[in-house]
Amino acid sequence: MKQRPVYLDLPRIRLPLPGIISILHRLSGALLFFAGIPLLLYGVAGSLASPEAYAEMKAGFAHPFAKLVLIGMIWAYLHHFCAGIRYLLLDIHRGIELEPARRSSAVVLVLSLALTLILGVRLW
Amino acid sequence: MDWLIQRLTAVLMAVYTLLVLAIVLWNGGIDYGLWTELFAHAGFRLASFLFMVALLYHAWIGMRDILMDYIKPAGMRLLLETVTVVVLFAYLGWTLQLLWGQA
Repeated sequence: MKQRPVYLDLPRIRLPLPGIISILHRLSGALLFFAGIPLLLYGVAGSLASPEAYAEMKAGFAHPFAKLVLIGMIWAYLHHFCAGIRYLLLDIHRGIELEPARRSSAVVLVLSLALTLILGVRLW
Repeated sequence: MDWLIQRLTAVLMAVYTLLVLAIVLWNGGIDYGLWTELFAHAGFRLASFLFMVALLYHAWIGMRDILMDYIKPAGMRLLLETVTVVVLFAYLGWTLQLLWGQA
């Protein structure tokens, strides 16, 4: 097997912004797989049965801890959504030069955080 | 092929998301009445089913890519991939029950 250079001086590895967006895309995707999908199914299934069940579900999600989890899921969905659209645009060769690619990753990061903040404040 | 499916499912999910968002905004929020009315609609249930199938397929490709990149021992990777598939089928069963099951 070929000896490849191994570069594992972690503090010296400075991930550029598009790289951060990429790793957050994976992280948010995994979060949605483990927690987002079951929470979505649990919430929808539980709230449809009766007005009482709906009110109960609403009250359950009003707990501060549940709200924090929900805000985390909202961020994961929004980040995954925005970063995903950026990747789709890159796929059709929109903004593939270095500068636009850096700028669009900043937009993804800020936009998804800002939308999470707005929805989070409304939820709280 | 997976590359294309990952993108097609993404677009489908984005359209569904915007559709649901539009319905909620159009009605100025959501309550139990609107919520059940929505799910009583066969078309909405079908759209929701397509969304979930797209989501689960998309999640499979994504999780498999993550496992391929970070889990090197083949046995361990196979085990985790199997667990992922089982979980995805459980989600699918839950979805079917929720959309067409008896309460």
